[in-house]
Amino acid sequence: MNALASQTVADRDDAVSVDDLVIHFHTRAGTVKAVDGVSFHIRPGETFGIIGESGSGKTTLGRALAGLLKATDGHIRYQGREPATLSKAEQRQIRRDYQIIFQDPHAALNPRMSILQSVMEPMEILREGDARQRQRVAKEALERVGLPAEIGRRYPHELSGGQKQRVNIARTLTLKPRFIVCDEVVAALDVSIRGSVLNLFADLQKELGITYAFITHDISVVSHVSDRVGVLYLGRLMEVGPAAAVTKKPIHPYTQALLSAEPLPLPSGQRDQRRAIRLQGEIPSPLAPPSGCRFRTRCPAAQSRCAEQEPAWREVAPEHWVACHFADSEGGPLDREQPISFGRESATETV
Amino acid sequence: MAQTPEARTNRPLLEVRDLSISFARPGGETSITRNVSFDVNAGERVGVVGESGCGKTVTGLALLGLLPSRTARIRGRILFQGRDLLTMPAREFRRLRGRDISMIFQEPMSALDPVFTVGEQLTETLRSHEKVSRAEARERAIAALEEVGIPSPHTRIDEYPYQFSGGMRQRVMIAMALICRPKLVIADEPTTALDVTVQAQIIDLLRSLSDSHGTALLFITHDLGVVAETCSRLLTMYAGEVVENAPVDDVLIRPGHPYSSGLLRSLPGLSERGSRLPSIPGRVPAPDHMPAGCRFQQRCPHAAPLCEQHPELEPFQDLREVRCWRKDELTLTGAV
Repeated sequence: MNALASQTVADRDDAVSVDDLVIHFHTRAGTVKAVDGVSFHIRPGETFGIIGESGSGKTTLGRALAGLLKATDGHIRYQGREPATLSKAEQRQIRRDYQIIFQDPHAALNPRMSILQSVMEPMEILREGDARQRQRVAKEALERVGLPAEIGRRYPHELSGGQKQRVNIARTLTLKPRFIVCDEVVAALDVSIRGSVLNLFADLQKELGITYAFITHDISVVSHVSDRVGVLYLGRLMEVGPAAAVTKKPIHPYTQALLSAEPLPLPSGQRDQRRAIRLQGEIPSPLAPPSGCRFRTRCPAAQSRCAEQEPAWREVAPEHWVACHFADSEGGPLDREQPISFGRESATETV
Repeated sequence: MAQTPEARTNRPLLEVRDLSISFARPGGETSITRNVSFDVNAGERVGVVGESGCGKTVTGLALLGLLPSRTARIRGRILFQGRDLLTMPAREFRRLRGRDISMIFQEPMSALDPVFTVGEQLTETLRSHEKVSRAEARERAIAALEEVGIPSPHTRIDEYPYQFSGGMRQRVMIAMALICRPKLVIADEPTTALDVTVQAQIIDLLRSLSDSHGTALLFITHDLGVVAETCSRLLTMYAGEVVENAPVDDVLIRPGHPYSSGLLRSLPGLSERGSRLPSIPGRVPAPDHMPAGCRFQQRCPHAAPLCEQHPELEPFQDLREVRCWRKDELTLTGAV
């Protein structure tokens, strides 16, 4: 095989590859640079976590991954193929294969449709099978997500938040997707039932080989479910790497600050080892992001170079990418002063 | 903790006794909380946790006298510095609210009035409770903004709420809640709408202000991590009842009630990465369909025939109260 062909094969190995993606919105106030040059790839069958605060661009990125937003610049390829270059029929297939589940399980359901009707609706839109087949598939999907069959006759207001989110999952499953963008899918649910919904996502992945992009602001959720994690700040990736590395020994000062800000339910005696990094202020406006490194205005380690020069996107350890002038495989600029440890596991490790 | 007169006389600042709240509906009443009893000492920070629908917010609103008088039926006693808020004349309660007891809500944007400047709202609060001149009120408002960490308070005082970011708005809310130096602040999910890095700033601020002024805090939240970082005591509510009242560290190490344990075990941060996450099966029973005995029995992994009877909130170990028949025989998992 020649070099060009092997390149194509490598691309095709990824469920999704994002290449220098830019998504801008034009408003009266100016151009909102929601996503501003982001590159990463998601492998088939893995869960790629995307962490970010509000204003980081994570929801815009998620919508783009599900094909709901057009890129201003850059590329999103699905198994190496770019939708714009494909036939209408192929584009329709990609639309089916790449789905999204939203945060608010209630807003996603039509209050005047029974649960079974809601679950059948996507198949109706795609003119899939006949009414009987659609009903059978819908009932199977409800059963698959752990809901009793009789729930199909009920209406959204009769269901709890957790049940409604399961209905949304069932509805997505009827189309047999390969890839699902999960946008804050447990944020609206009570803590007590988040676990069971996250377990369901894990089961579906194991059985059906579905790939996920898991978008959330909740570090404990993202570190639990993800294989790899990307940290988004003001439309840019700050750090991407294996979940264990990013959430236990992060390198980028922003990731470190994010982790140290997470309130931990630990007794007072066990919390003292954590060093608190408190960021000043809030995320700047995406209308006018800071020059150079976007995080520099809040970074405790910022120097003059950070304002002048945009940090390169570098692989400092295998699979571990960071955008910071002062980061290397040993750690980031904040690690030089004293060791930092995060979470309960690392509290017992020797650092 | 600051020594205030209440602490010296050993009487709790707030004593809630058998607080039962129900709402009138056509053909009857829907009971929301039942016999809720707890104390808050002067300067103490108490967290209230529970799933949605457990009666946390309604209890907080009752303490502030903010439940709709037309439909809400409130029984029991709410003693604040020994005086019952429920039998106090409305005029007097109004004077107390905002001065001695104040509140911080989840959504600062809907709690602030969009058509008045931040300064106007701060000075109005102050001048309705204290006899101060306009000029003095303005000085105190600027000092209050400065205290909560708002940069250049001299100019920002004349700005409107929309000109503040989410975190800064919540700081304004805190400044407003604290401007009269209240003895008790009721904070209902004050950091839930904020980003985690901003939440950390607000938690630090609430903690240090409560320490320096000796202000007691009743912190209503669903986030046990926030309680662990802020409070010294934890009240767990389930289906309108207090099921556990204990020092935070004790609950985190060894919960006394299966529901407290279930909430803790559900936190993904406490499970090994990628493992099955525990959860509490089922949901909080609807107010009109409460089981006769223990209200948690249908979801409890430890339920026994005994649980068909309704358990009372009883003393358990040192300084704790638990509502569970099996509290002495169970060894429940906590956060460690």
